[in-house]
Amino acid sequence: MKTRDVAVNGLIKENAVFRMLLGLCSILALSNKAINGLGMGVAVTFVLVCSNVVISLLKRVVPNKVRIPCYVLVIATFVTVVELLIKYLSAKSSAIAQIGDAMGVFLPLIVVNCIILARAEAFASKNTVGASAIDGLFVGMGYTIGLTLLGIVRELLGSGSIFGLQILGGFRITFFSQPAGAFITYGLLICLFNITYEKIEQNNANRKRKASVTLSNQVTEEGAVNG
Amino acid sequence: MDSAFVALLLTGLFVGNYVVARFLGMCPFLGLSKKVDSAVGMGIAVTFVMVVASLLTYPLYQLMVKLGIEYLRTIVFIFVIASIVQVLETVIKKISPSLYSAMGVYLPLITTNCAVLGVATLNLESELVTGLATALLNGLFSGLGFTLAIVILAGMREKLDKQPLNKHLKGFPISMILAGFMAMAFVVFTYIKLGE
Repeated sequence: MKTRDVAVNGLIKENAVFRMLLGLCSILALSNKAINGLGMGVAVTFVLVCSNVVISLLKRVVPNKVRIPCYVLVIATFVTVVELLIKYLSAKSSAIAQIGDAMGVFLPLIVVNCIILARAEAFASKNTVGASAIDGLFVGMGYTIGLTLLGIVRELLGSGSIFGLQILGGFRITFFSQPAGAFITYGLLICLFNITYEKIEQNNANRKRKASVTLSNQVTEEGAVNG
Repeated sequence: MDSAFVALLLTGLFVGNYVVARFLGMCPFLGLSKKVDSAVGMGIAVTFVMVVASLLTYPLYQLMVKLGIEYLRTIVFIFVIASIVQVLETVIKKISPSLYSAMGVYLPLITTNCAVLGVATLNLESELVTGLATALLNGLFSGLGFTLAIVILAGMREKLDKQPLNKHLKGFPISMILAGFMAMAFVVFTYIKLGE
């Protein structure tokens, strides 16, 4: 599998936040501030890359029947590593301590974040170590970008700032910092993403059809197989 | 004890509702809320596992603190929960096949339900939980709160399915917006004050 395909897949086609809709709990809870979203994204990406690598290494060793408990154990180990790392860094920097506090219970809950188990099952257990690491990196980045984007929108409307930087003066709609605002903003953003994605797909299909008839036949065949 | 009981009840069901106030257990909340029947089944299964998980993980953590290995709690908890789910599935299959057919399909999904790991972790942090009995009650009420939320959403989605709707909003986005309206309604409960 080409690196470019893996990248497009992780960042756009199967974007965890807007397309796959996985790991919802952390998306909703940590998108109240852009910096929290970014912090959670980095933590999840770290666990994702590490667990993908280890699971890919173990793919011939682990018996098929007990693979899920084994995956969970690997993921839980790396989550514990992140927990200890954040505890250590919090003592050194107050900025990290703040993000760590915001993550709270959602930090140990990375274990049950469906994105990580989904990538282990769908990708790492079938591909080489290198490819799995790249896949983990790009899926993690897709998650981080999506979560930060949602965080920026909610922080801007809810607190009038972006990354803690006041830009709207005193203007704020506190509703967007609250749970109800999280649900509604996220729902509308997915709707927007779907519309944009469909438009781009249509444009691409049109351009290919114009370029060559045979190519367009291939595309529709591929589409039928993928869909 | 009485006021603690009421506080746990109100927090679990309304004020700190796991789904609409804390964002825990979102995957089954959105994935299994198409029909009221399946929502009720999932709710009962989750409540059951939450109670048993609270009962086991709380004393286990005390033991781990004594041994000085509390940093392993995430790994231990997820293993305990996975085992509980596995054992429950076998036991229910043996004892009551009818309950198994109603609940069976949802049980394996609960292992990766963050609400269960959430209750085990939050039991250690909540100031309302002071011992095994309160941990048990917290598990029960949090589970009932989850059931309440998922059944309400399923009811709304069943009705909405019959309405014409923009295709981009259909399915997930509109469920999210409905959940937002529910969260708004639940804010009312935060005005309840206990004691002084």
